[in-house]
Amino acid sequence: MIEAVGLTKSYGKTLAVDNLSFSVPTGRVTGFLGPNGAGKSTTMRMILGLDTPTGGSALIDGKRYRDLHQPLRTVGALLDAKWVHPNRSARAHLQWLARSNKLPAKRVDEVLEIVGLTAVANKRAGGFSLGMSQRLGIAAALLGDPQVLLFDEPVNGLDPEGILWIRKFMHRLAEEGRTVFVSSHLLSEMALTAQELVVIGRGKLISQSSTEDFVAQATENTVRVRGPRLTDLRAALAQAGVSTRDEGENLVVSGMDCADIGELAARTQTVLHELSPQRGSLEEAFMQLTGDSVEYHTEIADGPTPATLVPAGK
Amino acid sequence: MTTLLATERIKLFTTRSPWWSAFLALGLTIGFAALVGLNHSGGPLLVEHSQFGTQFGLMVVSVMAALAITTEYRFATIRATFQAVPKRTSVLVAKTAVVAILAAVIGEVAAFGSWLTAYAIDGGPEMAITTGADWRMVAGVGLVFAVTAVIAVAVGTLVRQSAGAISILLIWPLLVENLVVLIPGVGANIHDWMPFTVASRFLNGAEPIAPMGPWASLAYFTGVAAVLLVAALAVANKRDA
Amino acid sequence: MTLLAVERIKLFTTRSPWWCTLIALALTVGFGALMAGTADATEPLNIAATQFGYGFGLVVVMVMATLAITTEYRFSTIRATFLAVPNRPSTLVAKATVVAIMAAIIGELAAFGSWGIASVIKPDIDLTINTAYEWRAVAGVGLVYALSAVVAVAVGVLVRHSAGAIAVLLIWNQLVEPLVQLIPKVGDDIHKWMPFNIANKLITGDPDPTARNVLQGPPPSDAVLGPWPAIGVFAAFAAVLLGIAIVVANRRDA
Ligand SMILES: Nc1ncnc2c1ncn2[C@@H]1O[C@H](COP(=O)(O)OP(=O)(O)OP(=O)(O)O)[C@@H](O)[C@H]1O
Ligand SMILES: [Mg+2]
Repeated sequence: MIEAVGLTKSYGKTLAVDNLSFSVPTGRVTGFLGPNGAGKSTTMRMILGLDTPTGGSALIDGKRYRDLHQPLRTVGALLDAKWVHPNRSARAHLQWLARSNKLPAKRVDEVLEIVGLTAVANKRAGGFSLGMSQRLGIAAALLGDPQVLLFDEPVNGLDPEGILWIRKFMHRLAEEGRTVFVSSHLLSEMALTAQELVVIGRGKLISQSSTEDFVAQATENTVRVRGPRLTDLRAALAQAGVSTRDEGENLVVSGMDCADIGELAARTQTVLHELSPQRGSLEEAFMQLTGDSVEYHTEIADGPTPATLVPAGK
Repeated sequence: MTTLLATERIKLFTTRSPWWSAFLALGLTIGFAALVGLNHSGGPLLVEHSQFGTQFGLMVVSVMAALAITTEYRFATIRATFQAVPKRTSVLVAKTAVVAILAAVIGEVAAFGSWLTAYAIDGGPEMAITTGADWRMVAGVGLVFAVTAVIAVAVGTLVRQSAGAISILLIWPLLVENLVVLIPGVGANIHDWMPFTVASRFLNGAEPIAPMGPWASLAYFTGVAAVLLVAALAVANKRDA
Repeated sequence: MTLLAVERIKLFTTRSPWWCTLIALALTVGFGALMAGTADATEPLNIAATQFGYGFGLVVVMVMATLAITTEYRFSTIRATFLAVPNRPSTLVAKATVVAIMAAIIGELAAFGSWGIASVIKPDIDLTINTAYEWRAVAGVGLVYALSAVVAVAVGVLVRHSAGAIAVLLIWNQLVEPLVQLIPKVGDDIHKWMPFNIANKLITGDPDPTARNVLQGPPPSDAVLGPWPAIGVFAAFAAVLLGIAIVVANRRDA
């Protein structure tokens, strides 16, 4: 269980993380979602005690990271696969880490085996491809057989095979009852990997919910209506308590399906040129949500205001 | 602490820079002693002649020690380090200790190696290490190297950049300390308290007008290193990794 | 010409050259002020003595010149550079030229700045630059800085690591050259032909080093050449080093 309470970090004038509170439940994969520069990495560094919060705190099983005894046995993390001395071999890198937390030397070979780096264990890490570096980073995270794992954009730059490998790996870790906290700026990726989602934008919390709920809310369906004269239909829709929005010549209706709108059109004797269901793409929805403003915060929390969603193909 | 020392030892020796530095430091000092021995004439070769190259070794060790910490910042392994062991003070003290011990070993090997080389080339009874001053001049080299390594790690921690740290560590003893003496009036007084000048009095004996004797000089030099290290620890604890 | 512009943009859009310039000027001019301020009747000021900080400026300029190329390797921008202009010799010559010009400007500012501040602090001492020696002692600083910058760029290309290149340059300039004198018999002769000692001849040339008071300027060079042939030799040394660096860079993977 990771718990952030009022976590805040400013770098000079930049407010990277702003009064962020969330919790990461045990035994599940929790996605940490936000666009570039949202403050994901900063938050993770603060959880790991690398950066000191300007305010608030982050606790792991009720303790600050700095107070953990032999922390690698509790928390494993891969924040950046490049945090390795290029002239050190993969094995040497894991050896010193193992030694620092009194982990048995044979554990190094075990984790190398798990991530499939045994064959290149004695090669310089500087010569590794991105995928290999990433595997080395994961090996380091697994070293202490920790219950809590943090990964910062682990699939960044990986090929499809690597992405699949990581995805399966996360699931396996969660099935083993571990707490996995993984960041990404791709909602579509997280929809496949994570069961829970913590979404932030500009350092602030936007939502915390299960992935299912979030996706359902974020991709609320709308219907596009086109016709020469829509005044009566618009009034009728308003009367029915359905929200509408003009988009050029079109009317975008949310909260009512095509059949019902068709009925209503017939009743108001409206000529329709088009009546088509629209499905918002995950990425667009996500961009809308995290894009510019804090207002979305409450909107998502009390159920979405569909007017903020852009229909597909637009 | 032994765990941390072992960790830092693994880290140091699994990169190439300590090997390079040891090799260079020994090559330069002992090579210089050989050059001096071979070309010597007029009067017997003395112990001090064999130690002319000490400063080469000292500067190389200083660079090595600074790199031990600045490369951690350069490759962000300092974050992996603090992630594995969040007690930053302990980590940095362990690193400083390991680097200082290596520096001491390099210093002793360099000093005795130089002495032996010179002795082998053109030795005589005058080359014998007998007095306290002789012992300080040779065996003391390791101590000065170790304390210098502490200074270098501290400066490296404060500056975090190889280029900056090395420039400071080389320009200070080689240029600043020598140039201040030129300031009319106060120059000589300032010079008397410059750390590396003081350290060389421990090795080469203090002139009667010097403010401190040899052992007090070493203590002063060590004090300077300790103050710098404490400052570095305070800063590293406060700063984001 | 385009290449010069490219290299100029690259140099001035990072921070380290500005820092180095600032430090170099502060150290040299500051030292000039210190010397002037503390001079008294027993140790009167002269033109050479205003230039005591020249050695500080030199090492800082060399650090700046080294970083101009080693940071390209550090951040792999050298690859972007060679992609943009595959003609590596021209690129490196352009870089050396821009860095050398920058170094020359720093040198002149440092030298005349030190001299100027001394004149301001001690207005009653006549510090007019008259003789050829005095002109070289002040105006020559820029030339020595420029050529040293070329040496530094060459070493930077060869070594490629900031730490290594800076260590080589500073240890050579500040330690190897003075220490060779300690080698019995041959030491002094070797020292006479050490490159930076030769370059120094331009600045501290004429006066007989044995007769000169220490406080009359930076330590005099004992090079056997006259000031101008000496700087010619140093220029040739810099050119040869740069040539080697270019050959190596051409053959090596970027
Ligand atoms: N050390 C630092 N100094 C100054 N500003 C910083 C620092 N680290 C992060 N920031 C700023 O804080 C904000 C959040 O950065 P952070 O790296 O945490 O975002 P992120 O969500 O991880 O983004 P990405 O998806 O691109 O990795 C950014 O505006 C960034 O510029
Ligand atoms: Mg990030």
